[in-house]
Amino acid sequence: MPHLENMVLCRESQVATLQSLFGERHHFSFPSIFIYGHTASGKTYVTQTLLKTLELPHVFVNCVECFTLRLLLEQILNRLSHLSSSEDGYCTEITCDTFNDFVRLFKQVTKAESLKDQTVYIVLDKAEYLRDMEANLLPGFLRLQELTDRNVTVIFLSEIVWEKFRPNTGCFEPFVLYFPDYSIGNLQKILSHDHPPEYSADFYAAYINILLGVFYTVCRDLKELRHLAVLNFPKYCEPVVKGEASERDTRKLWRNIEPHLKKAMQTVYLREISSSQWEKLQNDDTDPGQLKGLSAYTHVELPYYSKFILIAAYLASYNPARTDKRFFLKHHGKIKKTNFLKKHEKITSLVTLQLLTLVGHDDQLDGPKYKCTVSLDFIRAIARTVNFDIIKYLYDFL
Amino acid sequence: MSNRKSKNNNLMHAECLSQVQRILRARFCHQNPHSNLFGVQVQYKHLIELLKRTAIHGESNSVLIIGPRGSGKTMLINHALKELMEIGEASENILQVHLNGLLQINDKIALKEITRQLNLENAVGDKVFGSFAENLSFLLEALKKGDRTSSCPVIFILDEFDLFAHHKNQTLLYNLFDISQTAQTPVSVIGLTCRLDILELLEKRVKSRFSHRQIHLMNSFGFPQYVKIFKEQLSLPAEFPDKVFAEKWNENVQCLSEDRSVREVLQKHFNVSKNLRSLHMLLMLALNRVTASHPFVTPADLMEANQLCSMDSKANIVHEFQKFVQRKAHSVYNFEKPVVMKAFEHLQQLELIKPIERTSVNSQREYQLMKLLLDNTQIMNALQKYPNCPTDVRQWATSSLSWL
Repeated sequence: MPHLENMVLCRESQVATLQSLFGERHHFSFPSIFIYGHTASGKTYVTQTLLKTLELPHVFVNCVECFTLRLLLEQILNRLSHLSSSEDGYCTEITCDTFNDFVRLFKQVTKAESLKDQTVYIVLDKAEYLRDMEANLLPGFLRLQELTDRNVTVIFLSEIVWEKFRPNTGCFEPFVLYFPDYSIGNLQKILSHDHPPEYSADFYAAYINILLGVFYTVCRDLKELRHLAVLNFPKYCEPVVKGEASERDTRKLWRNIEPHLKKAMQTVYLREISSSQWEKLQNDDTDPGQLKGLSAYTHVELPYYSKFILIAAYLASYNPARTDKRFFLKHHGKIKKTNFLKKHEKITSLVTLQLLTLVGHDDQLDGPKYKCTVSLDFIRAIARTVNFDIIKYLYDFL
Repeated sequence: MSNRKSKNNNLMHAECLSQVQRILRARFCHQNPHSNLFGVQVQYKHLIELLKRTAIHGESNSVLIIGPRGSGKTMLINHALKELMEIGEASENILQVHLNGLLQINDKIALKEITRQLNLENAVGDKVFGSFAENLSFLLEALKKGDRTSSCPVIFILDEFDLFAHHKNQTLLYNLFDISQTAQTPVSVIGLTCRLDILELLEKRVKSRFSHRQIHLMNSFGFPQYVKIFKEQLSLPAEFPDKVFAEKWNENVQCLSEDRSVREVLQKHFNVSKNLRSLHMLLMLALNRVTASHPFVTPADLMEANQLCSMDSKANIVHEFQKFVQRKAHSVYNFEKPVVMKAFEHLQQLELIKPIERTSVNSQREYQLMKLLLDNTQIMNALQKYPNCPTDVRQWATSSLSWL
């Protein structure tokens, strides 16, 4: 298929294996196929594109969306009945809440004329969540062809290896297919594919080359790299737009973009700041000093008593309760709500800054309980500003 | 003229191959009943005797068929039932009920399914009326009213029998075995399971009503017979329309079974697992490579198929992950702590490491103790295969893993 190669890059051998497994429309195929590989290695994309291009009857279900048995089974049945009855616009919604009913209804739905004898494919994405649902679901889907006596193949897509799926007493073993990570050449090819039309392909390819050089050692995830490519391209083009350099002046472009890429690694890769904030930051072009994250950590200046409350909360959260007697004479393990309004206000503001979180129910009678959520470095910095040696009071450091 | 003839030939060729694919795929994937039983003749005779006694002579009995996964239990029972149905005097009377532990996960559903399959009066089409107690009493009455001479014999086949033993009070099993002991409607209860310790799962009152008859399927054939099975599975049946092609194909299969490299592949496969299911997967993968330009299976195809079957999955995943190993060398970037934490979390999501205790309440996330779920040799193998691995990472791994 010529257009299939253009739509799916760098996955020729996997596509060939899948196509040969599917075989002709009316032939039986292997009852279950398990495809695994890292995130952004193209499992979902390749499977969807292949099934759509070859126009095979299929149902695509995501196990994160359909997290209960009922949702999963009903979605499969309803989509199948839509597939098989394309002539009449309306078909009744099917309800199903056990796997037994599913098998029975499945047999009925696939008797339809339009699906006659063709292999029906059920694709279950994020299949690792199936293990947390009812215990009979995974072995049942593996054997669906045998249980329903119909021409159906179930494809499982997951990041986790097959050995972790196998039930204790064994099951029907699927055919396991691995999608290896893209090599640096493949990544280059795929990323250069979506170049904006205003610039030439070579220009964009050089940019991708630089980007990969900086990020490849850290990250090979295609989704992350694409996100970074899109965000940083305007900055890369800046000298050309402003007229300071031509498209071929690679050294100048490199010198311009390199510090930005290094900074991008710290914040955008972690997705701590959103892409719109990042773009605004680029446009401001102010002194690229301290980069601000979304969290309160870097730019909060707390009042004096709030700092002590925070330190006390940290000690209460991470020291076991029995050691409190050693450290303190009067202080209790938990912070209790008192009538002292100011203290309550301060606690509430700390919760808003997400430095404390509420643990336990709202309606607990003896006061809400809080837990401190800051890291050790942060609390040490705070403690230093009030001249309090927190290390002496921490159980883990004795 | 010759062009047209060769085009015709090609067309017929493609037609033939499509037929071949259809037949062989149905055999490998859909587990069509085989014409031959390999190494289980004795067990088959035992089973068919039992079934005949129920169907023709009206004697109730119960049996458990035990064997590892893929040893042919379902195939055996299907074969026996097919033969039973071909016997004229029995076929019009026998009622069959097929239950599966994966589908009927509690007794209520199982009972409804039995009522549905037997088409009793309280089932209209697919819907079954009445509560669990009503259904049960209706069914038991219907079965108890009969006698040996005038009622239809009922055969209950329970697949994944061990799952039925986990139902509450084992009500269904108790009642079925109870009926098979009392002399009323001739009933045959056949359980299929992969657990050897199935009898220990049964309650005492259920076990005492069971006849303790067991048929074991132990895949007890040797390698020469395995090769024979391979040949038979890959050959085309005698009813194939194009006789010339079928003969050529079967001859090719005969050559394959005598080829040394093919025998090595089969020996490796045999050493890992004897059962026919894995053989079917191997043959299916080899069959995939048969196309119009490559009309016969070659030894190379089988070797490729073997490679595809026996990949070590953890090694694949691990070797892609070496970049997330923390770097001590100064020549590489010192990554910021949050970047390393993100990588660490990704490792946890891939289930290569696991926290030792479940709760993370008492200690912070960064300081939680973790357990590595991989072996040293797997890590070393992965490092060998990893493309573009920095040499200092490799040296660090070899030095720290070598003394273990």
